[in-house]
Amino acid sequence: MRQSIIEILTELRPEFDFQQDVDFIEAGMLDSFDVVMLVTALDEKFGISIDGMDVLPENFSSIEQIENLLTKNGVK
Amino acid sequence: MSLKFTFRNKRISGILTVLPKREIPFEDEMAHYNFPPAKSLKLKLAMGYNKHRIVEAGTNVSDLCVYGINYLLDEGLLEKDDISALVLVTQSPEHFLPPTSNIIQGKLGLHTDVLCMDINQGCAGFIIGLLQAYMLLEQESIKKVLLLNADVLSQKISKRDRNSNPLAGDAATVTVVERSLEATVIQSVLNMDGKRAYVLQIPAGGFKLPSGPETAEMKEDENGNFRSLDNLVMKGDEVFNFAQKEVPPMIEDLLEISGKKAGDIDFYFFHQPNKFMLHKLADKIGVPREKMPANIVENFGNASGATIPVAVSFNLGADALASTYEVCFAGFGVGLTWAAIQQELGKLKFNQIIYY
Repeated sequence: MRQSIIEILTELRPEFDFQQDVDFIEAGMLDSFDVVMLVTALDEKFGISIDGMDVLPENFSSIEQIENLLTKNGVK
Repeated sequence: MSLKFTFRNKRISGILTVLPKREIPFEDEMAHYNFPPAKSLKLKLAMGYNKHRIVEAGTNVSDLCVYGINYLLDEGLLEKDDISALVLVTQSPEHFLPPTSNIIQGKLGLHTDVLCMDINQGCAGFIIGLLQAYMLLEQESIKKVLLLNADVLSQKISKRDRNSNPLAGDAATVTVVERSLEATVIQSVLNMDGKRAYVLQIPAGGFKLPSGPETAEMKEDENGNFRSLDNLVMKGDEVFNFAQKEVPPMIEDLLEISGKKAGDIDFYFFHQPNKFMLHKLADKIGVPREKMPANIVENFGNASGATIPVAVSFNLGADALASTYEVCFAGFGVGLTWAAIQQELGKLKFNQIIYY
């Protein structure tokens, strides 16, 4: 799961290193439109539909947060 | 908890959509945005941006409405003497006074015993207007109500605002509402929250902050969008979260009142902010995405309160002349307002798009 997330993030914003330990939102690596595109890509990749109520910047601030969100949505 | 309405023996008998002939592809405006083109193209896919319909400078709400109503009169789809009321829902009135609905009445040469009413509502404007039409039809003296949902708000949107400009659209719709000989039951729920009124606004141009050289000054926001105080500004994240939080329970409430299950509804015609938001709402409510059309922004743009009837005209077209559907209409946005109606829709006299 982790590797797939990193691949999707890197394709979205190739100019950033998403393996570094920073808050992606605070660091300006992802804006609200990136989050929309990220959700669309994660939904497609994992065959899920992330709940609209969870489309909040804080759920996409790190790889761990994204992993938690996917787990919550049934991804193993 | 919602305000609830029930109406009987009323129906929509026809829907006409009037769209501007001028169509602008998304790619033609990408250069205005402070955004790499590759990212703009990805955004286009995710949000369903493609092209939008924008009026020529100088075209106003009354031009679109009068053109549409005259088309219906000329084609024999409507009789002038049957019109008892013009209910115009718009956020782009031609003046503070007189009401634009009165201007439309005058241009059409309607009799003086026609009620003209402007309602200032946006994304939920079709629901609010329909409620008003159904309430008027409780009066014996009212024969047919013309519900006009019309906006030319593109003029108030900065071309350098990628939050709002790609999804903007202009349109007018004429919905004829009348009594039904059949025992129809129409259910509705409504909520408003003025504490969140400034989530969507045009800050200047009213009495509180009149437009002038200072309000016209373009400024850059934290996301690289340029707009002035004369332009529409939308807190996109808050609007999205508002819709995801409030709309699904409202629909659940409405279906319970209507005695229907989600699967009993043939079509969910919702306001059309963007494809992503509508897909998430369909998933949350638990209905197949094909039952909730999300193709209006990509084809025409979001014309505020007109998007629901535009979606009906575009997606059902002539099929709605012969068939009858169980539908759920829902509008959500400016106000903030969120409201919905469950009713039958079909056997329409007309349901089509014409171009101005």
